[in-house]
Amino acid sequence: MPRALRLAGLALLAWMLTAAAADKPVLPVFPEVRAGRPLSFPADHGSHPDYRTEWWYVTGWLKTEDGRDLGFQVTFFRSRLSVDQRNPSAFAPKQILFAHAGLSDPAVGRLRHDGRMARQGLGLAEASTKDARIVIDDWRLERGADGRFVAKAIGADFTLDLAFTPTQPVLLQGDRGLSRKGPLPAQASHYYSLPHLKVTGSVLQGRGRAKVTGEAWLDHEWSSTLLDPKAVGWDWVGLNLDDGGALTAFRVRDAAGNALWSGGSLRAADGTTSRLGPQDVRFTTERIWRSPRTGGRYPVQGEVIVRTPTGERRWRLTPLFDDQELDSRATGGPVYWEGAVRAPGARGYLELTGYVSPLKM
Amino acid sequence: MVGEWRDHPGRVVTAALAIAIGVALGFAVHLINGSAQNELAQAVRSVNADADLQVHATTPLGFDEALYPVLARTPGIAAASPVVELSARFGTGPSRSLEGGRLTVLGIDPLRAASVTPALLGRVSAPAQGASGFVPESLFDPRAIVLSPAALAASGRQVGEAVTITAAGRSVEFVVAGLLSGATSEQQVAVLDIATAQWLFGSLGRLQRIDLKFTPGADPAAVQAALRARLPADAQIVTAQSEARRGDNLTRAYRVNLEMLAMMALLTGGFLVYSAQSLSVARRRPQFALLRVLGLERRGLLAQVFVEGALLGGVGAALGLALGLGVAMGTLRFLGGDLGGGYFRGTAPDLVVAPLPVVVFFVLGLVAALLGSLLPALEAGRAQPGIALKDLGDKNDPNTRPAGWWGLGLLAAGGAAAFLPAVWGLPLFGYLSIALMLAGGVAAMPWLARILLTPLLGAGRGNVSIDLAIKRLWGAPAQAAVALCGIVASTSLMVAMAVMVASLRGSVDDWLTEILPSDLLFRVESGGFDAETRARIARAPGVADIVFQKSLPMQLSADMPPLVLLVRPVDKAQPKASLPVIGRTATAPPGVTPVWLSEPAARLYGHRVGQRMVLPLGGGDPNVFVAGVWRDYARQSGAVAMDEADYTRLTGDDLRTEASLSLSPGATAASTREVIRATLPPALAAQVQFFETRQMRAIALRLFDSSFALTYALEAIAIVVGLAGVAATFSAQTLARTKEFGMLRHVGVLRRQIVLMLAVEGGLLGAVGVIAGLGLGLAMSQVLIHVVNPQSFHWTMETRLPLGLFASLAIALVAAGAGTAVLAGRRALSADAVRAVREDW
Repeated sequence: MPRALRLAGLALLAWMLTAAAADKPVLPVFPEVRAGRPLSFPADHGSHPDYRTEWWYVTGWLKTEDGRDLGFQVTFFRSRLSVDQRNPSAFAPKQILFAHAGLSDPAVGRLRHDGRMARQGLGLAEASTKDARIVIDDWRLERGADGRFVAKAIGADFTLDLAFTPTQPVLLQGDRGLSRKGPLPAQASHYYSLPHLKVTGSVLQGRGRAKVTGEAWLDHEWSSTLLDPKAVGWDWVGLNLDDGGALTAFRVRDAAGNALWSGGSLRAADGTTSRLGPQDVRFTTERIWRSPRTGGRYPVQGEVIVRTPTGERRWRLTPLFDDQELDSRATGGPVYWEGAVRAPGARGYLELTGYVSPLKM
Repeated sequence: MVGEWRDHPGRVVTAALAIAIGVALGFAVHLINGSAQNELAQAVRSVNADADLQVHATTPLGFDEALYPVLARTPGIAAASPVVELSARFGTGPSRSLEGGRLTVLGIDPLRAASVTPALLGRVSAPAQGASGFVPESLFDPRAIVLSPAALAASGRQVGEAVTITAAGRSVEFVVAGLLSGATSEQQVAVLDIATAQWLFGSLGRLQRIDLKFTPGADPAAVQAALRARLPADAQIVTAQSEARRGDNLTRAYRVNLEMLAMMALLTGGFLVYSAQSLSVARRRPQFALLRVLGLERRGLLAQVFVEGALLGGVGAALGLALGLGVAMGTLRFLGGDLGGGYFRGTAPDLVVAPLPVVVFFVLGLVAALLGSLLPALEAGRAQPGIALKDLGDKNDPNTRPAGWWGLGLLAAGGAAAFLPAVWGLPLFGYLSIALMLAGGVAAMPWLARILLTPLLGAGRGNVSIDLAIKRLWGAPAQAAVALCGIVASTSLMVAMAVMVASLRGSVDDWLTEILPSDLLFRVESGGFDAETRARIARAPGVADIVFQKSLPMQLSADMPPLVLLVRPVDKAQPKASLPVIGRTATAPPGVTPVWLSEPAARLYGHRVGQRMVLPLGGGDPNVFVAGVWRDYARQSGAVAMDEADYTRLTGDDLRTEASLSLSPGATAASTREVIRATLPPALAAQVQFFETRQMRAIALRLFDSSFALTYALEAIAIVVGLAGVAATFSAQTLARTKEFGMLRHVGVLRRQIVLMLAVEGGLLGAVGVIAGLGLGLAMSQVLIHVVNPQSFHWTMETRLPLGLFASLAIALVAAGAGTAVLAGRRALSADAVRAVREDW
């Protein structure tokens, strides 16, 4: 009874607060990620606007014509906001699209990065539900009929103009594309990857345009409840192995730095894939880099230890260089470390989030 | 020189004061206006923030939002920020002021504004991280509103508290989320999310503004051309410059007119200096002659008189600058930056003093004084030392007729100048005409005085005093003219202004009667009455006849202040029945929408009856037909009247915001008001405002008087200076005649006969001054009415003569002339007659 009374009181209060602005807002219902939903392409390359959060993450290593190594990241995010769904305005901020791009050039010694953010609509910012086709002003990520992805990101001091050709089939993460992120079944995402993408294109930096080639990795992930409430961030690594294999490993951390959940996958060159669960993935720290700008302390060097049916495998990760931190707080985004790393017989990207302030997803 | 001034402080002080007043008025008008302009420019800058360019809707109805992606994708545009701009107010009830809401609601997309107009983002007090880590959802909170400091103060709320805002006929409650730091302290601005603004304030699909930022290195002219090619009729490009020009155009005529009036005051000052110096030179003729005999060059004498003039001017100008600064500060504090003209609402700008205007106005004062000293100085230099030394009296021979051609020529030139057209939209030739007439009138004074006095020559035969007085004035008209020029200059200016203001006020009064024939008016500031509500009101008991209308600002050109689109039923066959039409009318060809322009609109945009013009209303053919011109004193920037059926057809907007009704017999305003209020939907009933026509008339005339407050003040000052000049000149002239009075006493004229003679002389002089001043003033008033007003304010009026003012002016001048002459005469006569005569030899 007291509970019912309290609820009635709350409802009355809510009604009083919104009395002037007509009736109660109609908030969106975010679907939960469910098992047994087979992914189908090309539609699942496209946007899933009902879910709260979605991203298309392309990271990789580039080589210029004169043989220098560069790292890059191009990410498009979609975020569905909890706003009144009745607002018929074309500007209603029901979906926000944003993008980050980063370029790691050892000659520069720090990450060059920039971003775009816009509410979806009016043709200026759109994400197709039919195929991967996301546009924010002059930035875009698009999948052509031939299966090739093209990405363009125009930053203040660099421009990425890249094309990615798949060389391997889609890698479904977790259980046929359902990837658990926490102890509760709902804490999960739909998640697939495209490792070993062949890269061609150009990178424009201050002084001139450089033709580049290289190898990249695409992650596409969508969810409504990604993280456990106790989680503050995660570490993720995706490695293109020189032998054609692909390693995905991640852990979700709590405030004490312990893993709340871990997972990943190891696909061999022949296509056989081992699913990695919470017991199968460990991260060790060998060196911490402290960001002079944010004070964030990132474990930029360490080992990933993976237990497979055939035995334990280890990769010692070393960053291309230390300062690959991306601070997007000026536009309301998070601070994270997103950097090119190498290991003996492998190259890839390491992502470290929640080291400056907790990340809620 | 110092001795001379010490002996006649009144004359010197009035002359310097006249210069000071002229300089003070000019400087004050300049300062106030400069500050107001500065404030306006700052307001424009802070709202524009860093936008390179803005596209504005021509009316508050806005333009289609589809324009936004088109402009955003235009080559050379780096970023575009869409804005919904609404006029609003706090609370739900009707606003207390006639001018309506002062709050501007801006609906923005913070993600876009961040790169174009970051000043509009404001400081949100609690940057709470939203539920989704990557996007701060608080940025899009539909209930959050950010207020400028002035708006927060006006709302009476604190950050974090709820506040109700009414716009477009809807009241919505928000929470004050933070403070807008970029806005100037005076602006009331509320910023909220664009989607909320569109939805809750009935503006779906429409935008009022797009702020644009150029790509670095883009050619602004090329980008503007590309944008212009993409703009629909109801949107136009606005730059900071065009915005400033618009503000300048708004007040330029008013400002220039005030500056010109100040210059006229300075001119009067110049004449008073001339009077003072002439008298002083005449008095010191023997002294100068002695100096010449002692070896002083003619140039030296000239220089001395000039230095005196310069000192007078310098002191007057310095005093004037200080006075002007004080007046400007006081005016800004009490009247606001528009000098009571009603142009800049609610801004109390800071005073801006630049060194250049200080120098310019000082030099103007100096030059006026020097010019006033020029003629007396030349005269002093010309005097024959021998004759002058003996001081044989008035050097003028009564038998030489004063030449009138000089003055008449100037008068004719002045008349001709009045027919020349405006220059840069300003009646410069009109003012030249007035200046020429003034100079001509003063130059023709000796001639005129003799003509006026000739018929009187025989009139005083029976009375020694009167006879002497008339003969003296007739015989020495040049000397009389010296005294008269100050009187004539100030009287004529005063008369001209008085006639102009009286004519305008009378015409406005008539016009008010014509446009406010009904008994009761009511209106809502936002939203409006739809067809169904209107029908219900028309049927309400007590309503005999009712007309609904709507007025909305419309931007015809980015450089010009917005005019008013007046939507009301207009009888196309009989437009005179609906509007105070003047001149001819024409019937629109079939298929073309007719409009009727107000007189200022027709003059400002150069449209004539029978022509076509472009009216930037969304939808349909923007070409309309000018079917007539009507008189309007209320909207100085112009108004366009359109029949309501045409308006609804072109825009789809069926809401009307104003109504005027006549009561049926037996119904009272109060009861009908309640009936109508009960008929309205609750939201409208809460904000409807009623006015009785009588009340409106009183308000309109009060606004008129307050906008002419400065003019009235100028008039009063002119009267005081004029009278002071008369008094000082008369007393000086009288005191200079001690010797003459001694002589008269010797030949047996009684003391009281001399006093009577002086009284008659003074009275006659005053009368001549009044006649000349009235004549000249009436001529100049016609230039003001038919040239200056149409050219600068774009309206015409019928001449009215303030006869009461004329009568009191005539009495005051004649009395002042006679009175001061008598007072000074008594002083001059107090000396022993014998000594007076001897002393002079």
